[in-house]
Amino acid sequence: MTGQDRTLDRIRWRCRRGMLELDLVLNAFLARHFETLDAGQLDALRELLECPDPQLLDFVMGHDEPDAPAERDIVALMRAVSTGTASAGATTTA
Amino acid sequence: MAIAKRQFDAIVVGAGGSGMRAALELAQANLRVAVLSKVFPTRSHTVAAQGGVSASLGNDEPDNWHWHMYDTVKGSDYLGDQDAIEFMCRKAVEVVVELEHFGMPFDRLDNGKIYQRPFGGHTSNYGERPVKRACAAADRTGHAMLHTLYQRNVRAHTQFFVEWMALDLIRNQQGDVLGVVALEMETGEVMILQAKATLLATGGAGRIYSASTNAFINTGDGLGMAARAGIPLEDMEFWQFHPTGVAGAGVLITEGVRGEGGFLLNKNGERFMERYAPTVKDLASRDVVSRAMATEIKEGRGAGKDGDYILLKLDHLGAETIDKRLPGIREIAKKFANVDPVTDPIPVVPTCHYQMGGVPTNYSGQVVVPDGSGGEKPVKGLYAAGECACVSVHGANRLGTNSLLDLLVFGKASGETIIADLKADVQSQQELPADAADLPLARLARLDSATSGETVAQVGADMRRSMQLHCGVFRFPDSLGDGVRNMLEIAQRVQHTYIKDKSKVFNTARIEALELDNLVETAMATIISANARTESRGAHDRSDHPDRDDVNWLKHTLWNKEGNRLEYKAVKLKPLTVEGFEPKPRVY
Ligand SMILES: Cc1cc2nc3c(=O)[nH]c(=O)nc-3n(C[C@H](O)[C@H](O)[C@H](O)COP(=O)(O)OP(=O)(O)OC[C@H]3O[C@@H](n4cnc5c(N)ncnc54)[C@H](O)[C@@H]3O)c2cc1C
Repeated sequence: MTGQDRTLDRIRWRCRRGMLELDLVLNAFLARHFETLDAGQLDALRELLECPDPQLLDFVMGHDEPDAPAERDIVALMRAVSTGTASAGATTTA
Repeated sequence: MAIAKRQFDAIVVGAGGSGMRAALELAQANLRVAVLSKVFPTRSHTVAAQGGVSASLGNDEPDNWHWHMYDTVKGSDYLGDQDAIEFMCRKAVEVVVELEHFGMPFDRLDNGKIYQRPFGGHTSNYGERPVKRACAAADRTGHAMLHTLYQRNVRAHTQFFVEWMALDLIRNQQGDVLGVVALEMETGEVMILQAKATLLATGGAGRIYSASTNAFINTGDGLGMAARAGIPLEDMEFWQFHPTGVAGAGVLITEGVRGEGGFLLNKNGERFMERYAPTVKDLASRDVVSRAMATEIKEGRGAGKDGDYILLKLDHLGAETIDKRLPGIREIAKKFANVDPVTDPIPVVPTCHYQMGGVPTNYSGQVVVPDGSGGEKPVKGLYAAGECACVSVHGANRLGTNSLLDLLVFGKASGETIIADLKADVQSQQELPADAADLPLARLARLDSATSGETVAQVGADMRRSMQLHCGVFRFPDSLGDGVRNMLEIAQRVQHTYIKDKSKVFNTARIEALELDNLVETAMATIISANARTESRGAHDRSDHPDRDDVNWLKHTLWNKEGNRLEYKAVKLKPLTVEGFEPKPRVY
């Protein structure tokens, strides 16, 4: 297993949150974008995941913006992703 | 196989409100305490709690613990143990004030005292009128509580094992619990964590239902661990549902929507609540609305391609009213239901919210099991607190804001009991049995060696769907029977799951497979217990037995994993110092 894979797996687990809303958004975000994020985007995502849940929810719902432009771009992707009814009861991996 | 071992005075499995409150007590007594958590402590599910924590502080109007006790006993539909309820309501003021001193940023009145607001089911003078009893920190009470307790624990040198998953309890021949076997996600390594006291504080298991307000981490790990170790689970048929969660997502739609004039439709566009509650219609109480929705779906009038949801219509209110009176609803509906309620109805279903049952404990936090002669005895070395425990203060139905209170009171009490128990019994660590880690290692070995089988996602989805369909908010006898048969099959299937990714480091697939084992134990306990209880009480609502039956069913269920055996124990109707509240019809 490569170092890079390890990082990805750790990030994937840290998308497990205490709030359902975030689980749903992050789960859909991972499914849609995770494979194609570049190193800079992964760094920004990792930083965002350090935020407390209510802060992250404020970002995702558009009540607040992160300061760093790279994080803002990731948040924009999270806002655009559709959680829909497709994620019914799903867990993080298919 | 030799695996690494570490020793502590006490292990706390879970870093939510209950686990961290207990850990603080232990660390302050200078015990060596290890706290395990699957996620960073402040990301525990307690973070989602918004409404508040109850305590009869009487800051704004008269209130007292005995009124709180009455409300809680009545709310529990008389299944709550009155000794534990008295204990909790009396301790409420102390633990909330203590939390304030720890630095919890409660909202305040002009005079500086903690601000309090009314909350459903909490009344003054034994049901006379609503009382202001809920203390909150804006809409972030749970977050503030976790943050405050975490800071205090760091100061007290609690040792956290973050991103560690406890797999199974270690029990010796005498039945004493000697610690846990746990998995470190970072390395994938398994370790024995030995201790004189082990506290389960793993939270609820709401993910057994496909419609759930619970975060994905709520997989009932403590329940699974207890069940596999031969400890019964109590009152698992009682789950609290909320009538309007977004179908397929679970995110709550506030009852305010119906308060503002929104109403429910079936697939024919019929406003069906007119049939069930001709006067109040969509404003009937939670249980009446949930039952009507479940009946419509059961009788084939649900909307959607699978006919499995109800439509919540509010477009007639107009964009302006919706934006002004129901802030946030439009965003939630757009984000989680893919509809704009200004033009389209929101698909909703009754959604699982809270688990009243759990690992049986007394009000000191000791896990208790039948002693074989009609009484009960503590399991030496094992304690439980929070949503995973059944004390039982919530009985058949929990009052809002009583859960956060439960975390504080019984988190603290279990910490105090552990301290006292360790003082009374100063022996060193007991010898570990030779097979201490065999069970979890076998579970892991099976997953690592399986070359084919069903996916965890498939078996999990089938379990959730079956539970939702057969053991949801309103229960039908024929359907319960089908559900039992289904779950027996699923319990077989879960032993043959297969994961493709065999890596060790942060292997989410492996973790989810292990979690599914725990969910299945919980679901099984739930449906077996529900099928047997032929009455309606609190959250357990049966179409064929619509009334409470105190003659036959004023008793707690105990489900045993082995053979799905049920036994029952008496409800403690005698409080500690006051007269008990006699069972009466529960009308509000
Ligand atoms: C949306 C929502 C709103 C709510 N609002 C309120 C409210 O306003 N007032 C109120 O009183 N109640 C409320 N509740 C209920 C209340 O929040 C919960 O009952 C309570 O927070 C549970 O706390 P806990 O300490 O038992 O567990 P949790 O906070 O769920 O913590 C469980 C901990 O156990 C850990 N864990 C689990 N399994 C393992 C394992 N195998 N190994 C290691 N660690 C493990 C987790 O990582 C976590 O740290 C609400 C519930 C929901 C869903």
